[in-house]
Amino acid sequence: MIARSILWRNRHASVGGLTPDGTVTNSPQPSFPVAALLAVCGALVLPLAAGAASPSKVEQGSHLYGRYCLACHGLDGSGVGAPGRTIGAGPLRVQGQQRATAPSLRGVGALAADFYLRTGYMPLRRVGAQPRRSRVFFDEDQIQAITAYVASLGRGPAIPAPQPSRGDVGEGLHRFTEHCAGCHQIVAEGGYVTGAVAPPLENATDVQIAEAVRIGPYLMPRFSKQQISDRELDSIVAYVRYAKHPDDPGGWSLGHIGPVPEGLVTWFIAAVATVGFCIVIGTRLRSR
Amino acid sequence: MIRKLVRFLDRRTGTAPFAQKTLRYLFPDHWSFLLGEVALYCFIVLVATGTYLALFYSDSTADVVYHGPYVPLQGQHMTEAYRSVLDISTSVKAGLLIRQTHHWAANVFVAAIVLHLLRIFFTGAYRKPRELTYWLGLTILMVALLEGYLGYSLVDDLLSGMGLAIGNGVALSIPFIGASLGAFIWGGPFPGSSAFFPRMYIGHVFLIPALIAVLLAAHLALVALRHHTQFRQGRETERRIVGVPTFPGQTPRSLGLLLAVAGLLVLLGGLVQINPIWLWGPFHTYSSTNGAQPDWYLGWLIGALRLMPSWDWTIGNYTLVPNPFWGGVLFPLVVFGFLYVWPLLERRFTGDRAFHNLLDRPRDAPVRTAIGFGLLTWVLLVFLAGASDRVFVFFGLSYSTQIWFFRVASFVVPVVVAFVAHRVCLELQAGERVERRRELAIGEARAEARRPLS
Amino acid sequence: MKDRLRTLLVLVVLYVLRRRLPRRAPAGEHAPGPPAERIVPAGTPEPRAELLAIGLLLFGALCAAAFVAVYVLDRLPRQTQLLGLSLGLALLSIAAALIVTGKRLVVTEELEHDYPPEEHPGEQEAIAQTVAESASRLTRRRLFALGLGTAGGALAVALLAPLASLGPGIDLDSFVRTPWRKGRRLVDEEGRPYRAADIEQDTFYTAFPEGADLEQIASPLVVVRLPPRDLDLPRENAGYAAAGIVAFSKICTHAGCAISLYRTPLFPDAEPKPALVCPCHYSTFDPATGGTVIFGPAGRKLPMLPLRIDGRGYLRAAGNFDGPVGPSWWDVRARRPFA
Repeated sequence: MIARSILWRNRHASVGGLTPDGTVTNSPQPSFPVAALLAVCGALVLPLAAGAASPSKVEQGSHLYGRYCLACHGLDGSGVGAPGRTIGAGPLRVQGQQRATAPSLRGVGALAADFYLRTGYMPLRRVGAQPRRSRVFFDEDQIQAITAYVASLGRGPAIPAPQPSRGDVGEGLHRFTEHCAGCHQIVAEGGYVTGAVAPPLENATDVQIAEAVRIGPYLMPRFSKQQISDRELDSIVAYVRYAKHPDDPGGWSLGHIGPVPEGLVTWFIAAVATVGFCIVIGTRLRSR
Repeated sequence: MIRKLVRFLDRRTGTAPFAQKTLRYLFPDHWSFLLGEVALYCFIVLVATGTYLALFYSDSTADVVYHGPYVPLQGQHMTEAYRSVLDISTSVKAGLLIRQTHHWAANVFVAAIVLHLLRIFFTGAYRKPRELTYWLGLTILMVALLEGYLGYSLVDDLLSGMGLAIGNGVALSIPFIGASLGAFIWGGPFPGSSAFFPRMYIGHVFLIPALIAVLLAAHLALVALRHHTQFRQGRETERRIVGVPTFPGQTPRSLGLLLAVAGLLVLLGGLVQINPIWLWGPFHTYSSTNGAQPDWYLGWLIGALRLMPSWDWTIGNYTLVPNPFWGGVLFPLVVFGFLYVWPLLERRFTGDRAFHNLLDRPRDAPVRTAIGFGLLTWVLLVFLAGASDRVFVFFGLSYSTQIWFFRVASFVVPVVVAFVAHRVCLELQAGERVERRRELAIGEARAEARRPLS
Repeated sequence: MKDRLRTLLVLVVLYVLRRRLPRRAPAGEHAPGPPAERIVPAGTPEPRAELLAIGLLLFGALCAAAFVAVYVLDRLPRQTQLLGLSLGLALLSIAAALIVTGKRLVVTEELEHDYPPEEHPGEQEAIAQTVAESASRLTRRRLFALGLGTAGGALAVALLAPLASLGPGIDLDSFVRTPWRKGRRLVDEEGRPYRAADIEQDTFYTAFPEGADLEQIASPLVVVRLPPRDLDLPRENAGYAAAGIVAFSKICTHAGCAISLYRTPLFPDAEPKPALVCPCHYSTFDPATGGTVIFGPAGRKLPMLPLRIDGRGYLRAAGNFDGPVGPSWWDVRARRPFA
């Protein structure tokens, strides 16, 4: 069946690019010299990306933290902001005597830092507003440095490594409906919650989805391993991957949000076309 | 050949005079008279595609486990009804095409009726002697809304199941009798007894189409008996019709329109996905999704339900008016009630009790046009309010701000629009008067110039 | 022999010739003569339009054949789109052919005709008179009419009475009956019982009564844990929480959708407090105050189920809801749910 063939195609497509242990996935079999080169590069990259807090990384991170995060998150991530410092980054900086507060970063681990930095949730664009996906302010090196520093502020969860290929899309749909669809909509197109927006997930990577589930950013609930096991999380990630490009055997999908765009098509395409038919067939009003 | 056929039929039915009259019945040829036909042709497509679907659909709410070709739903519990529609969409050859064509036809059917109603209203076609035709048409519109609601609710997917829950809540909100009415229709409290889906099914495929067919037949019969109205364009008068006969002029046009509408609906049915129920999943009373919406023609009701402040009117321990009543029952009652009563209201206020076979252009009846625009704007704004959650997600405009905006705007803006429409009509009329006087003057001047100097 | 054959041949020839001869019309039939004058005026031919129409018809036929081919082949990529395109184009091109025919190939006459008369006073009078005169034998007209009306009304009521079998219109106990009774365990969708220790803060759970029908609206609960110091339950809900765990009906009291949104602040200093939200019209309920409405159109607080923790740590109901479940109706505030 076509549905199944397309589905199987999606299901077996795995993440391309760098995984946390530094190896490249989804690549064709390289020739020997290339393999040797890759092995050497891998060996060099390995310690860095392994999350092991090499002292220089943590120190670099602490400098960046002092510059961009201290004003709100405070000394050693205590959550009590230092007054008189710059709040925010980039053109939206606010200076002054305000004492800002932000969540304590002690024990949040590399998982939280990685999530907030890679999505651009942090640095916060507007103090007091909901953190939203936006520009990624730091480069890869800096992200790893700050992550290493935050991870050093207390024992916390490491960056997760979801395996959507081990998960089941059907199980994922079931769990997603139970825990997520109420806010994020059944195919992850996003929605309104009183006081916040539950964002669409089309730009969320597998790791970011896993991270968000475990953190519960802003007003989102926090789902621990007890409630959603790693295996179930794999399935949920597999489902969200599917939901980004679901089967559309019916044609133009109109954004998968249901009757609102269907109504727009009814009026702006069908009604216009039928009125057009009528005008072609009939006559226009002649003057009296 | 034709002669033989006609003779055969006339001998056996005696209808040759009737047929001759019908063949030469005159249709006005303005394009806006075809809008009603568009609705009729949508209905024909609905009956044709609907019959096909009914042969594959199952109305049973028995719990089954899915083992069909759509992978994400495998192993899931669902009703037999939902499973049968999944099968139509994935396994029946051309099933998805026909299902989508049927759904698009339903949406366009109501849109066509609304366009037709707008033409009838703004040209005064509902005036004596055509009030009955008008009331029949309004009734067809109301029944069409119900029919569409039942149709997409039969599928028992997550979105339409939520819609049924809301429908039940609205039924319950009718003062005094609401709970009894809800229990009556559903066979108990929501989600109802196992007889509820079969009831919806019989209603949707038999009772209501039969009702629409009867109303439609009466509607068309009345149109033919009193003959169409017409615009005054030249030789038309209140007594004299000018038009194109059914045969040979109108027939290829009407047939062409039928096929064009059918073709458009089939194109949509094949090319534009509608109601992808496999994505929503089956309905459970304990499940829901954000961003659920009814089909467009009920969007005005979800807007009304969302706009109402949290009033449950109580007297002591008794709930006189539960909240959904205002948006779900009173609002549509007021709108439809006004439309029903309008011919009588207009007759009373203008004192015009004459027969009317000629139509007004909208500008010729400024008050009617203004009131029509006002009502339309009111409904449209409430309608837009229903989509404010998507506007929030898409554009970032605060939801609660939008709600407050629409609460105020939906009463203020229609008044403003009515005034503006009224002014525009008067201006257009004044412009025409000036133009006519100008032409008269030029004509006189020319006649003057042609006279020999005395 | 030869004579017989010749006779047969002559008879056959005569028979064949006889059919070709003009038949004399038998008495009683009117042989139609040629029309005296044209009814439909003759128009000028338009060969270009004719070709266009014929071309469109042939193209339409081609598309229709393509539809059948696609249907039979089946399982093509974009099968539904190809089916729709082929059949849709077939219909549209035949439609176009008909429209060309209507506008260019068939004479569009513009005729005049009188509207039918506004009314027929003579016949109206005759009908009224017929009806009036038919009652000449009745002496007690009013009584008779009353009798007819009473009989008709009673018959109508009798014929409509069986409709009451459709639903329990009078007895609304089913609206307040719930599957929750004291001691019933809370289980998840798969039937696994919840322990109090399973319920963590900052997330939400859906629970059902053990052994009950999941689809009944009084079955599903939404369960959350709040820090006990944040609870501010009203007097009628005192004792409903078990170690900060509170349970509410999952069915919104506005129009009956499932409440599947729970907002819970990661950083309470800067974010709104925890709340249960319904996705249909965004009615928002505060779990800390017993489910009161803090936003949206719902007019009634969310029904709360009292909880207790048994000896083995499982969550059990300590009674029934504090009010009927689901959307409001006339009696909803006057009745208490029972198991």
